[in-house]
Amino acid sequence: MIKARVTVTLKNGVLDPQGKAIEGALHALDFSDVAKVRQGKVFDLELDTADRAKAETELKAMCEKLLANTVIEDFAVEVE
Amino acid sequence: MKSAVILLPGLNRDRDMIAALTKISGKPPVTVWQTDTEIPDVDLVVIPGGFSYGDYLRCGAIGARMPVMDAIRRKAESGVRVMGVCNGFQILLEAGLLPGALMRNASLKFVCKEVKLEVVNADTTFSRAYAQGQVIRCPVAHHDGNYFADAETLARMNGNGQVVFRYAEGTNPNGSIEDIAGIVNEAGNVLGMMPHPENLIEPAHGGSDGRGIFESALDLLGKAAA
Repeated sequence: MIKARVTVTLKNGVLDPQGKAIEGALHALDFSDVAKVRQGKVFDLELDTADRAKAETELKAMCEKLLANTVIEDFAVEVE
Repeated sequence: MKSAVILLPGLNRDRDMIAALTKISGKPPVTVWQTDTEIPDVDLVVIPGGFSYGDYLRCGAIGARMPVMDAIRRKAESGVRVMGVCNGFQILLEAGLLPGALMRNASLKFVCKEVKLEVVNADTTFSRAYAQGQVIRCPVAHHDGNYFADAETLARMNGNGQVVFRYAEGTNPNGSIEDIAGIVNEAGNVLGMMPHPENLIEPAHGGSDGRGIFESALDLLGKAAA
């Protein structure tokens, strides 16, 4: 069993209205140091394999085919 | 001309679309379920609006990976007209049949109202009923209609005349880049748009400005209304 975490974030230059709203709410809570917030998604996956290289290849394919929309999003894969 | 409407769980504008196609073309469209791998011989394939798969992951993302999409892709490649409205537009983008992406409305609010659309290219299969620059009324109802494409893609689309509808000045309801409301693919046979023309096709709707899109797509121009 291989555990992995995929993080999907908006690309630089893509407006993130939700991140902006969260940033505003943090300011409203007096976290005045907050300069910028970008919202993203985290996926925790468990793969039924012991083959790390295969898992990494598959995870990248999963990101490109479904987990991320590469028009607007970047992804990062971490394998435990 | 014959039409087909694609059905996915969570779509809710399918009945309106079927009613519109039936009234305008005079015959009911065939319906095709998401797991079907073949689409009957039709001239127009429509993906209606709604919230397929509860908008999970991203709007249209799951629907765009269902088996019927391969059949839609083959139809589009063979030149059959394909049209996606609202969630249907989101699905066509997620499937890569149209360029760009749709994101959460800039206001973060669901918008349900009437907007005005400027016909910026009246020379497409789907907009021939209108005059170049004509401004038409059209309802919108969505949470994720904020169109985005990178500068290079936008330049290419503008150069090819792929932007068909823009929200008329002051009516952009969602923050879409360059006020984009509807686009076609490079070949011109696939249309995606956020507004709902199927909800403005007869006097009972309060107007029929949306009718021209169906009359264009179904080759009914100049013919008596069915």
